[in-house]
Amino acid sequence: MLESGSRQRKVATREAYGQVLVELGKRYPELVVLDADLSKSTKTAEFAKVFPDRFFNMGIAEQNLMGTAAGLALAGKIPCVSTFAVFATGRAYDQIRNSIAYPALDVKIIASHAGITVGEDGASHQAIEDISLMRSLPNMAVIVPADATETKKAVAAAVAHRGPVYVRLGRPPVPVLFGEDYKFRFGEAVVLREGSDAVIFATGIMVGEALKAAERLAARGSQVAVVNVHTIKPLDVETVVRLARKTGAVVTAEEHTIYGGLGSAVAEVLGEHCPAPLVRVGIRDRFGESGKPDELMKAFGLTADDIIRAVEIVQKRRDCLLGK
Amino acid sequence: MNQEVEKLIKYLEEKARCLRCHIIRMLAEAGSGHPGGSLSAVEIVTALYFHVLRLDPRNPSWPDRDRFVLSKGHAAPLLYAALAEKGFFPVEELLTLRKLGSRLQGHPDLRKVPGVEASTGSLGQGLSIGLGIALAGKIDRKNYRVYVLLGDGEIQEGQVWEAAMAAAHYRADNLTAIVDYNGLQIDGPVAEVLSPLPLAEKWRSFGWEVRESDGHNFRELLEAFSWAARVQGKPSLVIARTVKGKGVPFMENAVDWHGKAPTKEQAEEALAALKVL
Repeated sequence: MLESGSRQRKVATREAYGQVLVELGKRYPELVVLDADLSKSTKTAEFAKVFPDRFFNMGIAEQNLMGTAAGLALAGKIPCVSTFAVFATGRAYDQIRNSIAYPALDVKIIASHAGITVGEDGASHQAIEDISLMRSLPNMAVIVPADATETKKAVAAAVAHRGPVYVRLGRPPVPVLFGEDYKFRFGEAVVLREGSDAVIFATGIMVGEALKAAERLAARGSQVAVVNVHTIKPLDVETVVRLARKTGAVVTAEEHTIYGGLGSAVAEVLGEHCPAPLVRVGIRDRFGESGKPDELMKAFGLTADDIIRAVEIVQKRRDCLLGK
Repeated sequence: MNQEVEKLIKYLEEKARCLRCHIIRMLAEAGSGHPGGSLSAVEIVTALYFHVLRLDPRNPSWPDRDRFVLSKGHAAPLLYAALAEKGFFPVEELLTLRKLGSRLQGHPDLRKVPGVEASTGSLGQGLSIGLGIALAGKIDRKNYRVYVLLGDGEIQEGQVWEAAMAAAHYRADNLTAIVDYNGLQIDGPVAEVLSPLPLAEKWRSFGWEVRESDGHNFRELLEAFSWAARVQGKPSLVIARTVKGKGVPFMENAVDWHGKAPTKEQAEEALAALKVL
């Protein structure tokens, strides 16, 4: 399932989206695509070339973008709506809430350029709270693919799913983690690595960092489980509870604020089902800034090293509770 | 021919009176809601539901049906009254408006009520939804038409103008918007709160064909809708000049009746006035 080797291929999740969209367009005649003057960046431009009659550039007008998608869904279409995550979820929040989520319409909001890895454009363009915004909406599902392979499967699953879905994609090329045999099931977290010394629940590009962290910890004799939580809502509560119970030490990792995203979702489950020490790796209460993606990941504490530190801290807390 | 038109107009006037009575009874029973903007749009909605729209109440999801989107969702009592009178659900249910467990939410919920085409209430969103339905009709080469009712205060929302621009760009001539131009919004006259005037010039400059009509005169409204159906290559707009609270003398042109229900006594007075109309 996992791709190995030190020379891992890198592909941006948005690139994979552009490719799968064309395939899905062939499979689903009712699939239409809407963009807001960013089709070259979100990669919907390829679909526009192949299916010009089913592509609508709505210009720099995100409220109408979402509302028009709602209308298309009401008339039996499956709209995939793309723009940058910060504009999709922030600029058109009320339209998503009232025109799409409330009536549970079959609209797929597939947003690119999420998180701080947008890079040089800076805080205005870096969506760090999009998962929280979408997760809090009734009827809305939230998926964050970890790599290009998963993106293709996740987008296909989102299109097949009945109801609104938010899919979060990124700008820079990221390592391809999974082979073609990788199985994606909507709502089912994937245990990528077993272990009983701690568990890391990661999502999006932090899955790769979590795997690196677990590898280094293993070299020191610590067996840490890694779970890819690609579907943040509905959350795979069973898997979270099982591994939290097994390890008693939980770390979450996301390229997103620690308020309302994966860390919060896991904390809610732990609090209600099986209280256990938790450390959240994510963006603390601050906006992003300009810089290169890898510089920003370091500056904001989102690297494998940061995850390793979090694992060590949470293990200490657990041991303290156990009186060790 | 003329006799038939006379007959149709008599029929529509009687329906309009009936819908106004429903609105008053529903609001009095609910104890809250929006009479002013429901009453102002009665003739517009009556003309559409009882003459213009091709609908099948026994098959609310008929793919070829015409669509009506109530963008000014607070006029829900009017929409519910029209749908019930049209046979989408029992008329008796109208008195459950705004009560716990009722399908008739304070603002329309398309998942609950047969015949409701869009969930609206947050202003400014209906024209975009109507545009989406219209574009789907173009893709599928269907000949249904889409009608969207906007409030004159509602068009202060920027999204309306995004949608107006896009509808003209995509030549959505199967889309007709109607502005219920009653001149009042919650805080006072629309022209004083934040003027959206001049209406016709604005919409024309956005690429729409525009026509004005007396919003309470069926003859003019029917002519306007038949004109709208003939417009080609552009979306069409009917500016319907109306009176807020129309038909209930103490509510007419009174800004306070935007969002306040009549008491039982006021409802009696209103119904008495409507019967002599």
